[in-house]
Amino acid sequence: MITPLSWLKEYVDIDVTPQELQDKLFSCGFEVEELYEVGKDISKVVVGKVLTCEAIPDTHLHVCQVDCGSYGTFQICCGADNVAAGGKFPAALVGATVYAIAKDHKTVEGVMTIGKGKLRGYESHGMLCSGVELGVSENMYPGAGYNGLLVLPEDAEVGADVKPILGLDDWIFDIAITANRPDCQSILGIAREVAAILEKDLKMPALNYTETEAELEGFTVTVDCPDLCPRYSAHYVTDVKIGESPAWMKRRLALVGIDAISNVVDITNYILKELGQPMHAFDLTTLEGNAINVRRAKNGEPITTLDGQDLTLTDANMVICDGVKPVALAGVMGGLNSEIRETTSAVLFESAKFARDNIRRTSRALGKRSDSSARYEKGVDEYATVMALKRALHLIEELGCGKVGRTHADVNTGNSVEPREVSVSIDKVNKCLGIVVPNEEILKIMKNLSFAPVINGDTLTVQVPAYREDIEGYQDIAEEVIRMYGYEHVVPAFMPSAQVTIGGLNLTQKTELRLKKALCSVGAYECIHYSFFSPTDLDLLRFPEDAVERKAIRLMNPISEELSLMRTTLAASMINAVARNQKKGNLEGRLFEIGNVFMPYELPLTQYPDEKPRLCVGIFGEKESFYTMKGIAEKIADTLQLTFTYENMSNTFLHPYQTAKILCEGVEVGYFGKLAYDIADSCDLRTQMFILEMDLKVLSQWYGKKPVFTPLPKFPEETRDLALVADKTTTCGEIEAVMKEACKYITKISLFDIYEGEQIAADKKSMAFTVVFTPKEEAFTTESVDAFVKKILKQLNKKYGVELRS
Amino acid sequence: MNASLEQIKQEIISGAEELNSSKEVYEFRKKFLDGKTGKIGLLMREMKNIPPEQRADYGKGVNELKEWALGFIVELDEKMKAKELQARYESEKIDISLPSVETEEGNLHPITLIRNQLIDIFAGMGFEIYEGAEIETDYYNFTALNTPQDHPARDMQDTFYLSPEFLLRTQTSAGQIHVMEAKQPPIKILSPGKVFRSDDDATHSPMFTQMEGLVVDKGITLCDLQGMLDVFVKKIYGEGTKTRLRPSYFPFTEPSVEVDCSCFECGGTGCKLCKGTGWIEILGAGVVNNKVLENCGIDSNEYSGFAFGIGIERTAMLKYGINNIKLLFESDLRVLKQLND
Repeated sequence: MITPLSWLKEYVDIDVTPQELQDKLFSCGFEVEELYEVGKDISKVVVGKVLTCEAIPDTHLHVCQVDCGSYGTFQICCGADNVAAGGKFPAALVGATVYAIAKDHKTVEGVMTIGKGKLRGYESHGMLCSGVELGVSENMYPGAGYNGLLVLPEDAEVGADVKPILGLDDWIFDIAITANRPDCQSILGIAREVAAILEKDLKMPALNYTETEAELEGFTVTVDCPDLCPRYSAHYVTDVKIGESPAWMKRRLALVGIDAISNVVDITNYILKELGQPMHAFDLTTLEGNAINVRRAKNGEPITTLDGQDLTLTDANMVICDGVKPVALAGVMGGLNSEIRETTSAVLFESAKFARDNIRRTSRALGKRSDSSARYEKGVDEYATVMALKRALHLIEELGCGKVGRTHADVNTGNSVEPREVSVSIDKVNKCLGIVVPNEEILKIMKNLSFAPVINGDTLTVQVPAYREDIEGYQDIAEEVIRMYGYEHVVPAFMPSAQVTIGGLNLTQKTELRLKKALCSVGAYECIHYSFFSPTDLDLLRFPEDAVERKAIRLMNPISEELSLMRTTLAASMINAVARNQKKGNLEGRLFEIGNVFMPYELPLTQYPDEKPRLCVGIFGEKESFYTMKGIAEKIADTLQLTFTYENMSNTFLHPYQTAKILCEGVEVGYFGKLAYDIADSCDLRTQMFILEMDLKVLSQWYGKKPVFTPLPKFPEETRDLALVADKTTTCGEIEAVMKEACKYITKISLFDIYEGEQIAADKKSMAFTVVFTPKEEAFTTESVDAFVKKILKQLNKKYGVELRS
Repeated sequence: MNASLEQIKQEIISGAEELNSSKEVYEFRKKFLDGKTGKIGLLMREMKNIPPEQRADYGKGVNELKEWALGFIVELDEKMKAKELQARYESEKIDISLPSVETEEGNLHPITLIRNQLIDIFAGMGFEIYEGAEIETDYYNFTALNTPQDHPARDMQDTFYLSPEFLLRTQTSAGQIHVMEAKQPPIKILSPGKVFRSDDDATHSPMFTQMEGLVVDKGITLCDLQGMLDVFVKKIYGEGTKTRLRPSYFPFTEPSVEVDCSCFECGGTGCKLCKGTGWIEILGAGVVNNKVLENCGIDSNEYSGFAFGIGIERTAMLKYGINNIKLLFESDLRVLKQLND
């Protein structure tokens, strides 16, 4: 909320500095996001009187002697066409700062410091300034818009600072207003708070006016949708003379960033800022049927707004109609057909309360925003609605631009604009705060806020003004009290009356953290990716049409198509993360993420979907292989005290022969494998990538498994190395299974070498295993171990034709 | 015979000069001292062919030679091994200024690190950790939190809707309603989790992480909130850190406050980090609105509570000096590798 100090001072005496006011507002809940002097960039510019002014031959320049009062008299060269001896102009002294202006004489290019100069051989000790060079527009100071020197009044004191003369010494407060205080979305609203904070009286704007006999006979206002329009009031103004607004009004509008248009339109804008009530003025001569009707728009109904845009409406929008046609899009913008023109001679003022929700939705749906819709979205109160219409009529009279007629219409749903009585227990207020605020302080604070308080025993009774729709119970009163009393009165305590509770992570949370740390220990970095992904990610992974991953939940209002679906797999985000890394030159690395996938039971959602935590690991680089990823899977198994088994599998995005399904106790818990080459190519991957994805919801059934201690063997273990020759198609897993089957004393089998090549047949491979035999009942002899080996070899030969390598 | 002993001795002395490695010394030793095949060993076997009267002298001579040879060769072996060790060291001379070989260990994500840090602090104060669902209903995210359909607060946050009823939670407070519905006080929970708002710029990400705390018990007041926050900021930002409450607005708390802590960079004198104010905004908090308690079936005459919400990304960005929130979600290893705690 942009608030000029000068405007604020109209309603409240402010006897503190702008910085002090900023601090006070801040501690009462109004953060001043920005505080600056209007002329913050302008310095050392004084009233200069031109004593002599001589043309420099063959140029448009003049050389002047300029009297700058106590600063002295300086020779200044000037190119403006209105420089003349005897005139008073803003004189920027050497060392002054003013705006640097582009050649178009309009655009501000920055701030410049005035130095001594020489033009055509003439020394110049300063600069005479135009309005734009001082950041003063025509609306801020009459005459400042002239493309030449800004002419100062004849009575301006020579040598005086020009800033107070031009209003550049004013201050602007940009105040953040919380959503519960729409009543402060106006200068008057801020003034009310300031008055309460500074304990000053609030001076209300004048609302008086005189009605003439002029009347619109038979004129009616009807509201068909009171749910969307709880209050609609209108008043007739005749003998309208459209013209310019007075300088003071134009200046105030300029300070809050609104261009003056014409007196009637300016009055509506002025009231929007002053009272926070959007108003509209219809050209009465364009209204047909002698009536106003407020209703929902019809589906497909067209309207052209006063900015010339053609819109097609639905019944979710609201329109203001005359007896025949829509003339305004309620709360957003007037219609082109009823716009105020130079020829307008009679006006109907509208001051209404529209449902904030409806205006917000209309504004969003049609992509149409205005100061009015922005204000309605925050919520207006009927207190302001009623006051605004009176204020508009007062200003019509004050500006002398029309006569207030007699015709007044007011349709309402019976809401009172009178104060509401609220009673609370003072004890409860204090118990909420945890301190005891003295009753006299409470009384003073409530009084300053115009709550008309009365204390009777423990009961505080207040009359809440109608604009404070946020005040309901003791907690609201407690907040009002403490924000004015000061939060520094709150005394730190540590829940002296609370019961002891046991805190901490539960088993799932602890286990996930352990998993994360285990993955870090194998050199992987944790990532966090968005919970949403793109439909193109599903295509990237080539999920078939009927795949469960395709049944993703769609956002109704995504930021973009890339972030429009809730994830059904973490693999796509991981591939994209690796691709991003490779683009930046990170060609090897390990990443992991634990995040949810969202599996709906049906679409559109009618119940909570299944949100399942998953783990995804992505590793890439020339050093990685299927087996390094398998090592990571084993690390996960070890961390959880589980044993994983692996089976061949294939899916749509991984290498057909380097992909494994991960099982735990026969239950599928995930997969891992090498990313398919064509997908890697399409992502511009320069090194190979492997992905693992596991369902932590399934795995969580085994969380909390404790390690079981196995007593150490009583007798020494025996180890044998066996080099075997097998068909290339025989797997390591198959051989190990046969070995274990053949001898119950085997406790460990590890493959330590694998060979294919010249020394053995082309369709064979050699595999060397170290086999550990652990005795149970009695110690082994060499002969007993030899017998085990013999049996193993026999079984291997029988089942897979495996031979001992000679 | 003595000549033969002397001959062997000379043979050993001269032969030793030609030895170049400890392996050769070993062979050399075998050549002379092996019990069965060594030259000195063979001399011992000759004993039976020596006339009995000479045997004592012979034996003595051979033994002396053996003793000497053993000593000589052992010394030789030691010298040779020392030489070889030295040579090996020499051969392994390296440039110690070459770059190190990394034994790489990964990192937890900075968000997880901050999360863990906060969880440690609050778990110690008796807070349980509750992670709610990311997909919520309009009721739990808004209505139950005293934010009805046309409430101004709904504009404070642009919500991603999945259906008219379901949405991506905009605040972790949503989960607290589930907790309060399921359980009577005393309640002390901390809800960390991902939340979503339709915002996308250098300091806003459509997904970010919040950590919300809730205490509901008998006699909980604004003073308890201040007391707990004082403990919290001292633990996370250092002993000297102070807090400041100032009025704010959240639909589910009343009174609501923004909490600032004294700037941990400059200590409150004003710097770039705190934009010269000496204070840094760290969280929003307040006394739980009665309506929220009542919505969950908790008697607000008997119980009261406070709640607070911390933005984890903001905390991480402040801690690590990260200026763009996107860096936290891009998984760039060059970034992740820097952010270890």
